[in-house]
Amino acid sequence: MKKLSDLSPGDRGRVKKMGGEPEALRRLMEMGLMRGTAVEVVRRAPLGDPLEVKVRGFMLTLRRSEAEHIEVE
Amino acid sequence: MQEAAVGAIPAPPAPSPAEAPRGGGVLHVALIGNPNTGKSTLFNALTGMRQRVGNYSGVTVERVEGRYRDDQGAVTIIDLPGTYSLSASSPDEEIALAVLTGHAPGIDRPDVAVVVLDAANLERNLFLTSQVLELGLPTVVALNQVDAAEAAGLRIDAVELTMELGAPVVPIVATRGEGLDVLKSAIRKAPGLDRPERRFELPAEAAAALKPVEQALVDAGFNASAASMEALRLLAVQHVGKHLSGVPGLEPAVATARAEVEAAGLMPTSLEAESRYGWIGGVVDSCVTRAGQSGRTITDRIDAVALHRVGGPLVFIALMALVFQSIFTWAEPMIGLVEGLFGIISSAVGGAIPEGDLNSLLVEGVIAGVGSVLVFLPQIVILFLFIGILEDTGYMARAAFIMDRFMRSVGLHGRSFIPLLSGYACAVPGIMATRTIESRKDRLATIMVLPLMSCSARIPIYALLIGTFIPPVVVGGIFNLQGVTLLAMYLLGTVTALVVASLFKRTLLRGQARPMIMELPPYRLPRLKSLALSVGHRASLFLKKAGTVILSLTIILWALATYPRTEPAPGMTDQQAQEAQLANSALGRVGHAIEPLVRPLGYDWKIGVGIVSSFAAREVFVSTMGTIYGVGSDADEGSSSLRERLRGERHGSSGALVYTPLVAVGLMVFYVYAMMCMSTIAVVVRETGGGWTGVRWAAFQFGWMLALAYGSALLVYQGGRLLGWG
Repeated sequence: MKKLSDLSPGDRGRVKKMGGEPEALRRLMEMGLMRGTAVEVVRRAPLGDPLEVKVRGFMLTLRRSEAEHIEVE
Repeated sequence: MQEAAVGAIPAPPAPSPAEAPRGGGVLHVALIGNPNTGKSTLFNALTGMRQRVGNYSGVTVERVEGRYRDDQGAVTIIDLPGTYSLSASSPDEEIALAVLTGHAPGIDRPDVAVVVLDAANLERNLFLTSQVLELGLPTVVALNQVDAAEAAGLRIDAVELTMELGAPVVPIVATRGEGLDVLKSAIRKAPGLDRPERRFELPAEAAAALKPVEQALVDAGFNASAASMEALRLLAVQHVGKHLSGVPGLEPAVATARAEVEAAGLMPTSLEAESRYGWIGGVVDSCVTRAGQSGRTITDRIDAVALHRVGGPLVFIALMALVFQSIFTWAEPMIGLVEGLFGIISSAVGGAIPEGDLNSLLVEGVIAGVGSVLVFLPQIVILFLFIGILEDTGYMARAAFIMDRFMRSVGLHGRSFIPLLSGYACAVPGIMATRTIESRKDRLATIMVLPLMSCSARIPIYALLIGTFIPPVVVGGIFNLQGVTLLAMYLLGTVTALVVASLFKRTLLRGQARPMIMELPPYRLPRLKSLALSVGHRASLFLKKAGTVILSLTIILWALATYPRTEPAPGMTDQQAQEAQLANSALGRVGHAIEPLVRPLGYDWKIGVGIVSSFAAREVFVSTMGTIYGVGSDADEGSSSLRERLRGERHGSSGALVYTPLVAVGLMVFYVYAMMCMSTIAVVVRETGGGWTGVRWAAFQFGWMLALAYGSALLVYQGGRLLGWG
């Protein structure tokens, strides 16, 4: 199972499972990232972290530590 | 009305007398929306300059209110903080929810809620919208930036969307003022329409499980629609929100509901998000037509450079250098102007009033006091102008994105970077800029170390001491020792700030790392009017709050240096008379009293007086030295006579020189660390919570910084002497 943090810039996927800190999890879901959502990794920040991903037509940033808990296919 | 819980749609409740528009014809409207939807632009377009800014009672969340008139009378608008949801998990969200449910202290429940949507980003925006619709308030939806959406190939059917939401949808372009008349009339009509409510059904098991929670809320006075919205929200949140703290039996009811939802094979944490976004998907399908996939946007193209692995940091550094540079160079002529103006006022007042205490109080106390604050206004205006531009264009979020990894290494958040940088100009606006940091602990840690960034008020001290005591010799082939010393002072402050911040985050302010979940909004051109409003409002806050404190303190210092009066002995020169006056004044006596304290640092009582008087503001040290050495209180860092007096000054007892390069360096280190600034202290009190909480934080900060300053100056002086440098 691939994690969102494993994707390279340009890769697309669909969220299969979400986990991690409840606080961050709820925030991500409010922003529209949940089971079944299509995601595309746009880039990483110049220092390698956080990630920029495209979700539902807008750009969202999250850290690798949060992306590690999101499984994609 | 309990049927609502199982999904049946009840008749809209008739407005109770309490919910009907209040008398006097004033309609109360609350404006809510996601960040970056143009909510503030709409607010400014509706209200113009008729705005009041303050804080919500008990929290530092900013509260902005304004008014406009239409043909039926006055309308007051409260601009709620930009939020993505009403989950009450941050102070901003908690306030928004409390206002909309009528539980915010001192604020009546609004008559109408206006939700501002970004048409180009409909899907995510509808999440908050659907929550607001369910609160049972008359609601109008302002569909903003329809022009940008159309440019991106999105066509939104406003009539269809009105049907889907059950509330009027008005397309507008707030930046150009389009659609505002229609919006105003929709706001007027809204209280007469049916109340909006939930438009989707929950799985039957979940609806049944939530019924007792809804009942508890209804019993506590919530209307049925708001109760079902809150019940669904409570499944996923950890903190119920202050406005529900008085509801009896709520927590056990929520726990039971959670267990039942889980037993039915559903996930309590994701039930609300999945239900809402499931419904939203259908709404978007029926209301939005896409005219083909548009290519790379301007934002994509800018970000390809601005967030590039190599280009990104270069752009970032160049922008920061520009900000830094302009704060010093562009402000210079304006500072000169302010100083000149105060010189004119000072001599006019000084000439008009007969010499004596009143003259001295006005000229050396009041005018000098106000002037010493106002000279920093140009720098503050420039800094806030830049912060405003960086925020309005959307670059600020990118700066946080780029710096997050680095800031995290000292335990802070990407958003702490800009406030710390602002501290190089002045700690006061920097501390005010920490408002963008969501986590209270990160914000406190940033505020605690911010005064360590070498602000511009230290420049006169550095300039005087370096210019007088550090020889301009060449070191390392190309560097000037004076320049290296100045750079060392800046580095000392900056490195210490980062180290101390990481200490705080590991001890007193330890907390879970806040997630970096943030939107990178599309780039936009800043609007002149919003910039002017935000700069003007921040500048006036600085003047009002900081100015009053520094003003009263300079008057006190003036009195301490003036009384008790000493008659000059016959045959004394003016200089000697002035010195005798100062030595016998209350300030001079304090200087002698604290001499044992500053002695170990290598200082005499006069430096002690300089330090004591500069508690108001660091730069007061230079003018105090001028007074003490009898070259007049208008001495500045460039005054050669003051420099000569300092170089020649000897200890009364031993006859040794007072100032050695070692003493000068120790004194500079003292000023790098000590929090000698009343304005900063006043702002820290306010921004850390105000009242006793704020006073305690400010006192703690003042204490540890003074201890650090004293300890370091002691180490420099005594250590240096041991090494034989003094």
